[in-house]
Amino acid sequence: MNATATDEVTAASAAPASSPGLRPVLTKAAGWVVKIFVLLIAVEIISTFLTSDSLQWSTVWEYMFDDRVLTGVWQTIKLTVIAMVLGCLIGLALALMRLSHSVLLNAVAGAYVWVFRGTPLLVQILFWFNLASFLPDLSVGIPFGPEFGSSPTNDLITPLVAATLGLGLNEGAYMSEIFRAGILSVDQGQSEASAALGMTRGQAMRRIILPQAMRVIVPPTGNQVISMLKGTSLVSIISMNELLYTVQVIYSRTFETIPLLVVASIWYLVLTTVLSIGQYFIERHYSRGATRNARPSVAQRLRLTGRAESHDGFFSSPATQPADGRVVDQETK
Amino acid sequence: MTTVTDPVTARTTATRPLVQLEGLCKRYGSLRVLDGIDLEVATGEVVCIIGPSGSGKSTMLRCVNHLEKPDQGLVRVDGEVIGVHQRRGRYVELPASELARQRTDIGMVFQAFNLFGHMTVLENIIEAPVRVAGQPRKEAEARARELLAHVRLEGKENSYPRQLSGGQQQRVAIARALAMRPKVMLFDEPTSALDPETVGEVLSVMKLLADEGLTMLIVTHEIEFARDVADRVIFIDGGRIIEQGPPSAVIEAPQHERTKKFLSRMRGGVEEG
Repeated sequence: MNATATDEVTAASAAPASSPGLRPVLTKAAGWVVKIFVLLIAVEIISTFLTSDSLQWSTVWEYMFDDRVLTGVWQTIKLTVIAMVLGCLIGLALALMRLSHSVLLNAVAGAYVWVFRGTPLLVQILFWFNLASFLPDLSVGIPFGPEFGSSPTNDLITPLVAATLGLGLNEGAYMSEIFRAGILSVDQGQSEASAALGMTRGQAMRRIILPQAMRVIVPPTGNQVISMLKGTSLVSIISMNELLYTVQVIYSRTFETIPLLVVASIWYLVLTTVLSIGQYFIERHYSRGATRNARPSVAQRLRLTGRAESHDGFFSSPATQPADGRVVDQETK
Repeated sequence: MTTVTDPVTARTTATRPLVQLEGLCKRYGSLRVLDGIDLEVATGEVVCIIGPSGSGKSTMLRCVNHLEKPDQGLVRVDGEVIGVHQRRGRYVELPASELARQRTDIGMVFQAFNLFGHMTVLENIIEAPVRVAGQPRKEAEARARELLAHVRLEGKENSYPRQLSGGQQQRVAIARALAMRPKVMLFDEPTSALDPETVGEVLSVMKLLADEGLTMLIVTHEIEFARDVADRVIFIDGGRIIEQGPPSAVIEAPQHERTKKFLSRMRGGVEEG
């Protein structure tokens, strides 16, 4: 009720300020035309989806929780996690190499990023899958020296391994830039203070630099995870039984192409939504101490309760209210 | 304002100096930042280093804990050579872990505070005692609270650095350095980044430490503070020590033209501000 009253007051006070001509009325009318137009298009699109015969919603629901589809979803999640972990490890190593003073380490890291960022991911995946035709045997040993063991490449490079290598090594190139930017964003004084207290460089990196770099690292990494999740669909080309390949296998027999692609799309949307929510909480964790005000000011709180809207929340919707409340509790504790 | 009348009398021991700088030289390209600095600091002595900006005073201070590597010359703290060791008649860099161990004896306070932004005040102070010195957390926390009381910041344990004023942050930084029980404390322009109204609270904490007998090397632009607190004032220009002695000599009756010029400029600046 308060909110309505305030709105009325604002509207009333705003009215005399604007010019008395027709312009505001026309602008307002034009605004309504645009809104109605957009609404009509949205309704049209949604109704096409809901009522289309070729879409067969009953088929969609039938396959939504099909065992094969669920296995595909699980494979997609697994592949995303493994490739992302591999990418982060490689990325961190490359970032530290590029930040080191060694010319050799710098050059190697630079070359890695150049190659893996400069060629298409799909080509890299195919390359790893076909590694056997390039290197028939893989061996462990010292270059030009003794060999400790070897094995046929085809036995080692399963679709899962090829997919992991393709996605993970490529991801490493991107993650290295993200880590590097994050580490460089932390003030030089932080490592000097750590050194002066007697910390080793490793301790300073783990305890002081990286935790503060995370604030810069997490948001783009969240985007990378979401890209990776969708990127896993590329490995359907090497018959790795992830989500897309699974539905492809099903619709190649039943010809229910569109419903099954909708099934896959819904699952991708569910997974990316979950990831976005997770990202929000991780970002909040790493923003500790980053802002000066621990708790919202009285004015902010009044606005929160009165208008039930917040701009810094997830999705910027009223649903964030309890979340903001918890932030306050944690920091006062 | 009452002051300690004659702090020099507090010094009686004539044993080995706690900090020794021998012929320190440092160049950046063609610029000689340090041009043969020799200095001995006794236990409990408070030395203020003054000089124009770019004179090398901060570089000299940073050589003491090897944040800056001198091109020539040696630093000794409590008899131990810092940052390098002799191998086959030549001085080479110490392993990183050895240097880290040596640095635990040398506390440092920076112009920009450099508190760890992601940690609370208490976490900032106990980080090195727990992670580096291996103290039990409980013990380190108790000591941290004592130190916070000492720098008059009780009740700020759980604040984050950005929630504190500059003067409060610098006092936390002092407590953090003291938590390692260093033999000597280095202050690199500790009040230069502060608002004028918070300079006093930091200087009074430093004066308290000086009165307690802590050995301190202080690079500062606060001439009045140097006169009140220092046992010895050193004027540096062009990477050399131009003049040194008790404040009554260097500040009240400087002998060298360059010292006189610098001091009159500083005083002028203070009056204008």
